[in-house]
Amino acid sequence: MSTATRPGFPHRHLLGIEGLSPLDIAALLDRADEAVEISRQIEKKRATLRGRTQINLFFEPSTRTQSSFELAGKRLGADVMNMSVASSSVKKGETLIDTAATLNAMRPDIIVVRHHQAGAVHLLARKVDCAVVNAGDGAHEHPTQALLDALTIRRNKGRIEGLVVAICGDVLHSRVARSNIILLQALGARVRVIGPSTLLPPGIERFGVEVFTDMRAGLKHADIVMMLRLQRERMNGSFVPSVKEYFRYFGLDGDKLREARPDALVMHPGPMNRGVEISSEVADGAQSLIREQVEMGVAVRMAVLEALATHLPNA
Amino acid sequence: MTTLLTNARLLDPATGREGPGAVLVRDGVIADVHWGRPASLPEGATVIDGGGHVLAPGLVDLRAFVGEPGAEHRETLASASAAAAAGGVTTLVCMPDTNPVIDGPAIVDFVLRRARDTASVNVLPAAAITKGLAGREMTEFGLLSEAGAVAFTDGLKGVTNAQVMRRALTYARDFGALLMQHVEEPDLVGDGVMNEGEMASRLGLHGIPREAETILLERDIRLVRLTRARYHAAMISCADSVEIVRRAKEDGLPVTCGVSINNLVLNENDIGRYRTFCKLSPPLRDEADRGAVVAALAEGVIDVIVSDHNPQDVETKRLPFAEAEDGALGIETLLAAALRLVHAGAVPLPRLLAALSSSPAALLGRPAGRLAPGAPADLVLFDPDEPYVLDKRELRSRSKNSPFDEARLQGRALLTLVGGRVVHRHEAA
Repeated sequence: MSTATRPGFPHRHLLGIEGLSPLDIAALLDRADEAVEISRQIEKKRATLRGRTQINLFFEPSTRTQSSFELAGKRLGADVMNMSVASSSVKKGETLIDTAATLNAMRPDIIVVRHHQAGAVHLLARKVDCAVVNAGDGAHEHPTQALLDALTIRRNKGRIEGLVVAICGDVLHSRVARSNIILLQALGARVRVIGPSTLLPPGIERFGVEVFTDMRAGLKHADIVMMLRLQRERMNGSFVPSVKEYFRYFGLDGDKLREARPDALVMHPGPMNRGVEISSEVADGAQSLIREQVEMGVAVRMAVLEALATHLPNA
Repeated sequence: MTTLLTNARLLDPATGREGPGAVLVRDGVIADVHWGRPASLPEGATVIDGGGHVLAPGLVDLRAFVGEPGAEHRETLASASAAAAAGGVTTLVCMPDTNPVIDGPAIVDFVLRRARDTASVNVLPAAAITKGLAGREMTEFGLLSEAGAVAFTDGLKGVTNAQVMRRALTYARDFGALLMQHVEEPDLVGDGVMNEGEMASRLGLHGIPREAETILLERDIRLVRLTRARYHAAMISCADSVEIVRRAKEDGLPVTCGVSINNLVLNENDIGRYRTFCKLSPPLRDEADRGAVVAALAEGVIDVIVSDHNPQDVETKRLPFAEAEDGALGIETLLAAALRLVHAGAVPLPRLLAALSSSPAALLGRPAGRLAPGAPADLVLFDPDEPYVLDKRELRSRSKNSPFDEARLQGRALLTLVGGRVVHRHEAA
């Protein structure tokens, strides 16, 4: 992967999709396409980040995102260290700023951060000298998820522009939904959101999306059906009355999927709640891209790390 | 099966039209309405002579507590529906305050099956807004509606948690569900057992301020403004509440409200020497408030009249006033008691009947409450003038806690039809 042939990535951090131009996004996706090829070879290791230190700082547990970033960093030759909240000094009362300062003193080159509060990653980015990647901040953004979703769509449909993408479920609490809405619209897709009103953020129609509370109507002619995870604590009467009722009206099963285009593809950021937001029949069916999303996740993260590395001192 | 009800004074509350005429009933629905001229007799039709009395759509009562399941000693679906039929009520909405609570599709189904097998009038279950009426987690509005729940209410309780109410309204909007809120703030009710004021102070009883009602009502209306969901205040009882609802309607909000028959024709003085049959929720207010709700009914600010039928037995009523349960019988005397307002010249008969039949039917989105071809043949023939003194021993209800015992009433249901079938016929003494 050489950087000479493509436009440079003009950002020091990746804090969100917001602020990226369509060109920035397309360049990252192109870079990720190449990373897919690398990951499919027996020799998966590159030297782009040799000598660099990458810290994965996770204030919220996440097996899959953390391992995806870890693998991406290692394939590019970086030394990767995982720090999770359970073993950190945050539990002992250290503030986010103190943690940032402490880590900064260890001279990392890249910090990958996940935090349960929206804006926490931005705050941390202002206090460190290295590159920062947002691996999810509260209900705000999860840019690498949106990028991997876009890569998956582009590789399967050949394009993103003009596609009808329905994002379904708990949009209110979803950073995946927010990043995807921004990215997909930037690349010219028509985005719909579907969910009960209790799980739709107020003012969502001002995002330029079409809003549906009737799932069947919202799925009509959709090219892509993107399901969101519903957290267990929201299933029993607080936001929706029960799993049974949620699945009945907002769970994706084969019957509802037939409302979408026959060649519609199904996505889910994982981990799935089978029988809550998606049936096993659909999750494991021929239209599902869910496994492929995981593979694309590593590739996209390699592309992001590599793009940010071009701005590191002595690069 | 064809029946012609002839020689009647027809009154269609949905249009306000009234005049002499006849109604043809075929296969459970109104086949034709003849205004003015006498109709020719279709072959094989049974003729019922209306004797010049008023023929109108049967009453639709949005609020009746039935003890089934769980308190069958107080009332069953069979006894409640017999009382309803005798009072000219052809549809009753039963409250979810049963044991078990009507908060799941299976219990809705149970009530509908029991009603089908034992009740003589239409019984439509209202389901709980929150599971177990606990005020915390909302119920399955979608699945409950599909099972046959026609509205949602926590019955005797208001939903007090504002976040729960906001989410319930928001969620209900997606399903077009109707929420009927009991507007009473329990913390302000506190130890109160009757209207707050001089009367309570003289009786040495704790009062319930009007603000227990108005604060919850105003809060709810702000939540309606936020969520744009349909909202029905089950019963209001005072002048301030009337003004709150009036303003909400003027602002174009999807707000409606009801009033209990008790608050229209009784006031706090009827408590007299601690009559527990007049211990109610909302409490009977003073005469000025009663006058205000009657005027609001005449004007249309109040949409519906409910019986708030709540059977209680001696174990729950023959107690010191403060320890007695709230509630009074009401479904069998609903029409006669309401006619007091007509006899007093306070509310015209068509308006009264609209609040008792066409308006509540429209709120539920049902075709009843109209004298028009295609509407169900749920009808009541009544003499609005017949005077009598109520004897509670003659009431069909299993309980006898009527605040109208020994009261002079004027107006009686002579004949009640549900789906074209005669379910009540008054035998003259």
